[in-house]
Amino acid sequence: MRAGAIHYFAYPITPQTEVAEYLARRMPEVGGVFLQAESEVAASNMIFGAASAGVRVFTTSSSPGISLMSEAMSYIAAAELPAVFVNIVRNGPGLGGILPSQGDYFQATRGGGHGDYRLLVLAPSSVQETVEHVMLAFDLADKYRNPVMVLGDGLIGQMMEPVDFSSVPTPHPPDKSSWATTGCKSRKPYLIKTLFLDPQQSEEHNRKLAAKYDEMRKHEVRFEKYNIDNDCKVVIVAFGTAARVCKTAVDELKRNGLRVGLFRPISLFPFPYEPLHEISETGTVHALLVVEMNTGQMIDDVRLAVADRKPIAFYGRQGGMVPSPEEVLGEIHQLI
Amino acid sequence: MQIEVKFAGFGGQGILSAGKFLAEAGLHEGKEVVWIPSYGPEMRGGTAYCTVVVSDHAIGSPVINNPAHLIAMNRPSLEKFAPTVKPKGIIIVNCSLIPITSNRTDVTEVLVPCNQVAIELGNPKGANMVALGAYAACSKVVALDVLEAIVRHEFEKKPAFIDENIAALRRGAEIAVEKVESLR
Repeated sequence: MRAGAIHYFAYPITPQTEVAEYLARRMPEVGGVFLQAESEVAASNMIFGAASAGVRVFTTSSSPGISLMSEAMSYIAAAELPAVFVNIVRNGPGLGGILPSQGDYFQATRGGGHGDYRLLVLAPSSVQETVEHVMLAFDLADKYRNPVMVLGDGLIGQMMEPVDFSSVPTPHPPDKSSWATTGCKSRKPYLIKTLFLDPQQSEEHNRKLAAKYDEMRKHEVRFEKYNIDNDCKVVIVAFGTAARVCKTAVDELKRNGLRVGLFRPISLFPFPYEPLHEISETGTVHALLVVEMNTGQMIDDVRLAVADRKPIAFYGRQGGMVPSPEEVLGEIHQLI
Repeated sequence: MQIEVKFAGFGGQGILSAGKFLAEAGLHEGKEVVWIPSYGPEMRGGTAYCTVVVSDHAIGSPVINNPAHLIAMNRPSLEKFAPTVKPKGIIIVNCSLIPITSNRTDVTEVLVPCNQVAIELGNPKGANMVALGAYAACSKVVALDVLEAIVRHEFEKKPAFIDENIAALRRGAEIAVEKVESLR
């Protein structure tokens, strides 16, 4: 609402129904729209419609719900419309469970829906950062006219932490009058479509989208370096909640005089390939450890960044289990 | 300095609320805080617990396997979590409902009859506040008067509950101070 987004369409699912519960009460107070749709498929197509009309619109859901929304995401990306999707990931596959997981990394960063498109994906690791990312997500969605996903997990969705709103810049929605379908009285009609039967036109459209994703790769790479200096022996790579657990391990290692740093991708698409590559090329770094709450997904991107030049170890927990700092320390001691 | 405390009991005992009050008191004192509920497929009356971390520095892992302190409001909670408490920690045992102790010799274990005290005060739902007051007095993680201010704030819209909950906090604290002194 602080981002000027007062249109919300959703379907409840643990572990993020509190968002819908809150917005059900608040949206009417600010003259907005809260609508609990009959399904995630319906909610996401309502977002497609509202985005076409140029309003800031969003939804929140969790893994199985996001799968159902992925069809509309593909259409929204194809139609070049801004929208924000928040995925508070729970353990899968299938109905899985309701506990935290990072099993949707591939789904988020490789599209999820059909066709050759990308979501811009932000991965917060605290409640404060979640607030910042939601604000940023609306601006990025408008800037690129592309869906943006905030990828959290059940732990971030359920825990409480203090948030300082005064430090978060308030986004300002841009003028969308050159394309938004708001009624064409006294102007020529605009057309928003995703069907291109002519292969030449379709290829042209695909290339236009691809050029936009290249712009994101140039300008929207975000990451955090934690305790990474010139004499790091091992670099941990982790995002979201897993990164937070690793920070505790890094602090403990530092107290014991061991040089281990953490590289935390914040934008998962675009992935920070080059910064990670540079760090991995540091002479003292002799191994990397990827920690994820899945069986190994982001590790593919780490491999693309590092190539075969340094060994890459993996530690993962699944099914709603969250790695502990002690487990990460155990893995590090095997590498040092 | 970082303190992790686990509040554990069954659903309906005010476990999550007591934890939230502590977290808010920590925040009020300028500390970093995290409140993490147990969440899972639970039923009414099933187990409920939460962990609160209060720290002078940014909090890393929010998942705590070995808390410094434990407040056990029912027997299964004591049996399950007492072995996980760090040495030199504190365990508050609600001895109204728990007929056993932890058998730990390396922690400070304080037996507080939370339900009995709450009933005596005419506030049978206030056992969680008795436990919270006792815990604050033993651990000094947050000041009792800050907790009282949080209670006033939380029950702003239900002022009838303010005095009885503050009384429960204070009585819990008194009992804990007496018990800790008798342990010395």
